[in-house]
Amino acid sequence: MAYSEKVIDHYQHPRNVGSFGTSKDVAARRDIGVGIVGAPECGDVMQLQLRISDEGVIEDAKFKCFGCGSAIASSSLATEWIKGRTIDEALTIRNTQIVEELSLPPVKIHCSVLAEDSIRSAIADFQKKNGIAAAKAESDAAAR
Amino acid sequence: MALKLPIYMDNAATTRTDPRVVEAMLPYFTEKFGNAASRNHVFGWDAEDGVETAREQAATLIGASSKEVIWTSGSTESNNLAIKGAARMYAKGPEGTKNRGHIITCVIEHKAVLDPCKRLEREGFDITWITPPADGVITRQMIADALRPDTILVSIMWVNNEIGTINEVPEIGKLCHEKGIIFHTDATQWVGKMPTDVERDCIDLMSWSSHKIYGPKGVGALFVRRRSPRVRLEAIIDGGGHERGMRSGTLNVTGVVGFGKACELCREGMDADRERLYSLKQKLERELLSRLEVVQVNGHADRRVPHIANISFGYVEGESLLMGIKEIACSSGSACTSASLEPSYVLKNLGIGDELAHSSLRLSIGRWTTEAEIDYAIQAIEKSVQHLRALSPLWDLFKEGIDVSKIEWQSH
Ligand SMILES: Cc1ncc(COP(=O)(O)O)c(C=O)c1O
Ligand code: FES
Repeated sequence: MAYSEKVIDHYQHPRNVGSFGTSKDVAARRDIGVGIVGAPECGDVMQLQLRISDEGVIEDAKFKCFGCGSAIASSSLATEWIKGRTIDEALTIRNTQIVEELSLPPVKIHCSVLAEDSIRSAIADFQKKNGIAAAKAESDAAAR
Repeated sequence: MALKLPIYMDNAATTRTDPRVVEAMLPYFTEKFGNAASRNHVFGWDAEDGVETAREQAATLIGASSKEVIWTSGSTESNNLAIKGAARMYAKGPEGTKNRGHIITCVIEHKAVLDPCKRLEREGFDITWITPPADGVITRQMIADALRPDTILVSIMWVNNEIGTINEVPEIGKLCHEKGIIFHTDATQWVGKMPTDVERDCIDLMSWSSHKIYGPKGVGALFVRRRSPRVRLEAIIDGGGHERGMRSGTLNVTGVVGFGKACELCREGMDADRERLYSLKQKLERELLSRLEVVQVNGHADRRVPHIANISFGYVEGESLLMGIKEIACSSGSACTSASLEPSYVLKNLGIGDELAHSSLRLSIGRWTTEAEIDYAIQAIEKSVQHLRALSPLWDLFKEGIDVSKIEWQSH
């Protein structure tokens, strides 16, 4: 399979790799939302951790990905896009934008879906931890 | 000598044609271009000479007489001719009936054996599909346990093409001879690399292929035993009655000549090649096992050919691993079919979990593999696995002592 230059660049130099601590550490922290999603198509797994301020701004983002090059690139790109954004802004990111930016072929669309889902899932986790009604995220998810 | 990239480590898929083979073929394109079946002129006689010399070379490699070698287009055709040809010849009932005879094979055969057997199943034959144990080796005992009074054919590959394991072939052959059952073996990954003697090894039908042993593509052979027992086959391709009626069609003279030469070169260089490949493979496996954690060499520890290594790397995904070692041409345990990566049916049947099956590499080396290339591969794979593990959430969980297989992911 031929990969676009952007995919190769993200694969070789992924941005914002890492985590804010072990799974136990981050579970206990209220300022961090964790999303772990899996793709049933291929068994690939993406983990996104967001550090979010009281004002709802995503101050930092870290990802880890067990997946193909396109999944790695999608999640790396997603962290670039959401850093510094508000929760509401981050929730407007669609996988189709990722597909376009990385020139993903049709068989790799689900890899970008994984990235979009991990954003939603991490934000939902943050909202749950903080007792915020996740009305928006959930109604969005329901609408899909 | 400087290392030239990319490096070729997919010799189980096909090999580079030996330049000496090409040289032997050349006159048969432009000078001795006759039809080997033309009996009336020197062009035909020259072509026939070439074909018969090659038959002698092929027969010598396997300890057969040249009359027992039938030319085909490759192992796929040889397997089809052997399995369908023998089943239909020795069928216990006419077409359209059931219980036409029992055939034993195993689930990790090449598709070129599985699919003919499936077709025979639809044609009224009973097939026993043996599942191998975790080490991948099919033993004499497993065949003995599957035998029935109506068994007419056993087809077990000599070496598995994905994991390189060696089945108990002389033993299975001997058992079949004791019971008067025809024994076919797909020896595509064995012949030319390992010593073969169809008499000693009790083989009735044996397939092998030119392009796996440094000959040209599109040529193969089927050994068909002529004495004790004399094996007869129903042809699949009918026509001019070439190859003793078992395979009609004007012979691919250039290909056959090249295949013959390739057989001869294999016989001459076999012992030295085998030793060299064995030590290269040992180094590759040993180094990867010692430099990386959670690495598994698939298949039996010792019963494996020197040219195939199949290695799984835990907690890295196969496709991204291949992307990281793009200068190494090799096969992955996943066959990419459209959207999903299917883990190989061979690894799956050994009970290797999807995760490890997805992240496995088949590295197969050959006549031109150098130690420098092995060293390059070791380093490139180590680096890529480490890069991907640094990215892998599953690796973190594993390091935290969490059993990844027990986690239920939130899926979309
Ligand atoms: C074990 C085995 N059988 C059969 C084949 C098919 O051989 P050919 O390409 O000559 O048809 C191969 C090669 O892919 C093989 O490895
Ligand atoms: S995430 Fe499944 S193939 Fe890319």
